[in-house]
Amino acid sequence: MSVKIGSTRRQRRTSSLLVNSVLILLVLIWSIPTFGLLVSSFRTKEDIQSSGWWKMLPHREWVQVEEFKTKDLDPNSVMTIEGVSGTFKEFRAGVESPDGTRVRWVGNKRRGRIQVEKRQWTMRDDFTLENYNEVLLGGSVNIKRADGTVKAVHGEDLSDAFLNSLAVSVPATIIPILIAAFAAYGFAWMKFPGRRALFILVIAMLVVPLQIALVPILRDYVKLDLNGTFLAVWLAHTGFGLALATYLLFNYISSLPRDILESAFIDGASHFTIFIRLILPLSVPALASFAIFQFLWVWNDYLVALIFIGEKKEVKVLTMRLADLVGSRGSDWHLLTAGAFVSMILPLAVFFGLQRYFVRGLLAGSVKG
Amino acid sequence: MASVSYEHIYKRFSGDVIAVNDLTLDVQDKEFMVFVGPSGCGKSTSLRLLAGLEEISEGVIKIGDRIVNDVPPKDRDIAMVFQSYALYPHMSVYDNMAFGLKLRKMPKSEIDDKVKDAAETLGISSLLDRKPKALSGGQRQRVAVGRAIVRHPQVFLLDEPLSNLDAKLRVETRANLSRLHQQLETTFIYVTHDQVEAMTMATRIAVLKDGILQQVASPQMLYDHPDNVFVAGFIGSPSMNFFDATLVEQPDTGKMVVDSGSFRLEIPAHQTSDLQPYKGQQIIFGIRPEDIHSAELTPPGVIPARLSATVDVTELMGNEIFVYGLTGSKPFIARVDPRTQVRPGDDIEFNVNMANMHIFDPKTELGIL
Repeated sequence: MSVKIGSTRRQRRTSSLLVNSVLILLVLIWSIPTFGLLVSSFRTKEDIQSSGWWKMLPHREWVQVEEFKTKDLDPNSVMTIEGVSGTFKEFRAGVESPDGTRVRWVGNKRRGRIQVEKRQWTMRDDFTLENYNEVLLGGSVNIKRADGTVKAVHGEDLSDAFLNSLAVSVPATIIPILIAAFAAYGFAWMKFPGRRALFILVIAMLVVPLQIALVPILRDYVKLDLNGTFLAVWLAHTGFGLALATYLLFNYISSLPRDILESAFIDGASHFTIFIRLILPLSVPALASFAIFQFLWVWNDYLVALIFIGEKKEVKVLTMRLADLVGSRGSDWHLLTAGAFVSMILPLAVFFGLQRYFVRGLLAGSVKG
Repeated sequence: MASVSYEHIYKRFSGDVIAVNDLTLDVQDKEFMVFVGPSGCGKSTSLRLLAGLEEISEGVIKIGDRIVNDVPPKDRDIAMVFQSYALYPHMSVYDNMAFGLKLRKMPKSEIDDKVKDAAETLGISSLLDRKPKALSGGQRQRVAVGRAIVRHPQVFLLDEPLSNLDAKLRVETRANLSRLHQQLETTFIYVTHDQVEAMTMATRIAVLKDGILQQVASPQMLYDHPDNVFVAGFIGSPSMNFFDATLVEQPDTGKMVVDSGSFRLEIPAHQTSDLQPYKGQQIIFGIRPEDIHSAELTPPGVIPARLSATVDVTELMGNEIFVYGLTGSKPFIARVDPRTQVRPGDDIEFNVNMANMHIFDPKTELGIL
């Protein structure tokens, strides 16, 4: 018996070890490049081009301690410099002496430039905020370079795009959630003829792919003169988000304890009061989790924005500006990384702000568990 | 302050499930009526029909003189305590209790008075700021009752309010509820599957089985004179012993005897006249465990009728012994004096108090005596 218990415990430990190491691996795979992106966005253009972002971590590097010129050596034979000897080829690559220094011949044979280097702990910590200035601000921006010179450049104006994205995402998140919550409550708790059929119809809408509807909707928008407005994108996202939202919220709302609603009925609450005073507060975890999904989807959306907003500069969203940036400044990594982080910062904030709703159930304590 | 009457109530659920079958019952004003029965007997459904949470398929329910069939729950002037308590999890105890009053647009100061009064009555004044999840089971139960009494309804409906409490708390709360009933002088309708709760609290008990009302009577009446085999077996713990037997008239003495094959018990002279029509017929003979005494420790006043049996199992309860015996091959339970010397396997003599016997018709299962 005891052997059995021991072996199951060992099994459990092994499996949890396995799970944990896979999780750690996944976290590393996801977070290391992101971290690298973040670090790069704060490095100067020259730094990015000359060394990798990991150089900001403490590491040992050959650092020059002495440099001199000499004409006394014959580079075509074996030479002895600073107590080490080697051929010209070897000195070009660097010859290490037993005391830890390295002697290197820099340049061609004729110049006779010798560098003595030592291994030292260093880190690159010359970070700058100028990249963000350059991508965020519009018009002419004075950018201070690493060497101290100030240069006027044309800013990429992502802050405008950021606000546009916000203006698209927030209503495009709230509107479908509100409508879907009402619908979900109706489907879950109100009795009316055709309830089942209607619900099935709504759920069936899930199979309609967004791409199929783009052209017809675009034609209607053109007729209605809605094209290129925020309203157009709100409506599109609302329409495409509603089916899933209704379905998810229905699942949650219909699982709320019946007793609570009945108790409210006896207390004198109408359907509307119950919805506002009970369903909404109790559904916060479901609302929050769907809000995260919808917000991320709308924020990261490119296709819908591209089609319904188009090239109008004043309403262009962040994803589109970012795509432009890749086209026009494709080799300027310092700008691309900064731009990428500007587009990531809000989704990250939203996720960390609302993530506790994934974890904590709000129903604890209402009914005997 | 109202009576309640069910008049030929039927409740059919989809399909042919009949939950309540021709229920006719008058609950008098200020009465503590308990609906009791095994699960699925329709007792909760009957209560929910009265509350307006289920629609009546057929029949009329009146509260006072008003027919309430089509009156919504909130206008029936009732309050209900649910088995799960159904507290609003996101509201404080105070708000839970005030919710119904707020919805009725009562002035704030009046709400405050009423909530505090009710909290005082139930001893939960110190808990008013807490959320339900911070309360113990007993406290939640009291809050649920408090939420019902603040509104001073005409009828209180309680749906198994004690079943989620532990045994000790249940006994305590039982007494508190009885006290509350006396204090409030209101009609209580209480649903339970626990016959002990029914016996201890009820003014009258309605026993239901399979949606059919079996008997309505005061607890004592129900115990002493059950109408049928089901009620006789349901009320009382351990439950009544039943034997298939024949009524026989002894040719020599002219006395009536219950003959089960394994025992013959003489019926007291004063009861024989009622049984004359059943002479020679099959009957069901019922006797409660406490009416079977050990032969040597029979209390005075019992006209002894001897029953010999083999002891199968004994359970010492302290104040009595439950003896599981076998007469012939038929099992029965006796509650005997704790000083009785019995051991499993013994053959001993019992005295049956025939004055408290019950005789039922085996075909209709209705009581004859």
